[in-house]
Amino acid sequence: MAYKFDFGAIVPHWELLVDGVILTTELTVIGAVIGVGLGIMGAWARASRAPVISQIVGIYVELIRNTPFLVQLFFIFFGLPALGVKLSEFQAAVLAMIVNLGAYSTEIVRAGILAIPQGQIEAAQSLAMNRVQIFRYVVLLPALKKIWPALSSQIVIVMLGSSVCSQIAAEELTFGANYIQAINFRAFEVYFVVTGLYLVMSILLRMGLKVLGNFLFERRRHV
Amino acid sequence: MSLVELHAIHKSFGALEVLKGIDLAIDEGQVIALIGKSGSGKSTLLRTINGLEVIDDGVIMVDGKKISERDTDLLALRLQVGMVFQQFNLFPHYTALENVMLSPQVVKKQSKAEARAIAEEMLTKVGLADKMMHYPDQLSGGQQQRVAIARALAMKPKVLLCDEVTSALDPELVNEVLAVVRQLAEEGMTLVMVTHEMRFAREVCDKLVFMHQGRIHETGDPEEVFSNPKTPELSSFVGGLA
Repeated sequence: MAYKFDFGAIVPHWELLVDGVILTTELTVIGAVIGVGLGIMGAWARASRAPVISQIVGIYVELIRNTPFLVQLFFIFFGLPALGVKLSEFQAAVLAMIVNLGAYSTEIVRAGILAIPQGQIEAAQSLAMNRVQIFRYVVLLPALKKIWPALSSQIVIVMLGSSVCSQIAAEELTFGANYIQAINFRAFEVYFVVTGLYLVMSILLRMGLKVLGNFLFERRRHV
Repeated sequence: MSLVELHAIHKSFGALEVLKGIDLAIDEGQVIALIGKSGSGKSTLLRTINGLEVIDDGVIMVDGKKISERDTDLLALRLQVGMVFQQFNLFPHYTALENVMLSPQVVKKQSKAEARAIAEEMLTKVGLADKMMHYPDQLSGGQQQRVAIARALAMKPKVLLCDEVTSALDPELVNEVLAVVRQLAEEGMTLVMVTHEMRFAREVCDKLVFMHQGRIHETGDPEEVFSNPKTPELSSFVGGLA
């Protein structure tokens, strides 16, 4: 084999990779927290009896789920300035991830809400709780518990999908990789390392979400 | 004036008319049993009393006040009318104590200490002082149903609706729940129950309401109604059970 591997060629650029990992993490955390929050509100709207809001959310969900993430990102970054909305690379990347995860998690959380037995809701109604109280105290936590594994997977998918944000020069991990290999032409070595980094980040994220799930849904020891 | 008055209640599910003009008055302290075959409309009738089923026509008055379909009216109604279900419907993510404390805290805005005091009192009343920290799936059906009763009582309702509260229980667990209901009746709680426990109805209730095909077919004192049914339908219903 003529090609000589030289992983040492990456070392001078290690800071770029670290910065990339940090930015990817930031994108993911902000995107996941706000995106899932959006998904919960969307799911509530979809499951509510208000037909207009439910339909608007339905259109949003279908629009996002049936178009590529890259196009959504380009639309936000390159398209919106035409309307006077000019966002930085980071802002555009975060917004795209929120909007994308919001749509997918709307459907995931909705499945959890629909799985709550009607009797639970009737019991809460009979205790004179209003709709907001029923959702917050009776529906939300059991619903999230049911769909937590699916939601966790979707968050990981969005984290991996953030690599696309390199295309608008958001300086996340893939951007760093592209930059380094453009300088030293060590594509194999760079992408090999970056693949490993994504793998580790995914595993850590999954573990983190599992721990968070255990915390949210565990039975606390009461006095 | 009765505590709860139903006038000409009509309710249909699609083309099926389930309630065909029900008039019923529930006086304070009265214990009423709704009996009848499956599909006679007794559960639907019970569920209209606290607005779980929205009526198509008729008037519901609680404490002399007409109840409309507005949310605020429904919430006010449900503060006065509690309900216990066949399937218990405890909230699985809360302990027995938390199940009972939730609504006093959230709806009545009671402090945690107040809500806890009431919850402990009610759970003790139903004989579950030692199970307060248990989650629903750690309790037997009978225990779960007693928690559900405590949960309804903690809101201090004026009327308690019981929808076949022993029908989902194993036979050996029925009595512990009936004992609680009997105790409530003796304490003067106003109760309306859909039940298949005829002996219990006969012993505990002041008034028996026999429903047939969406109407109140026969009503009266339980002793009287059971020993001397006036209509062939009730006669065959009671006979079929004996």
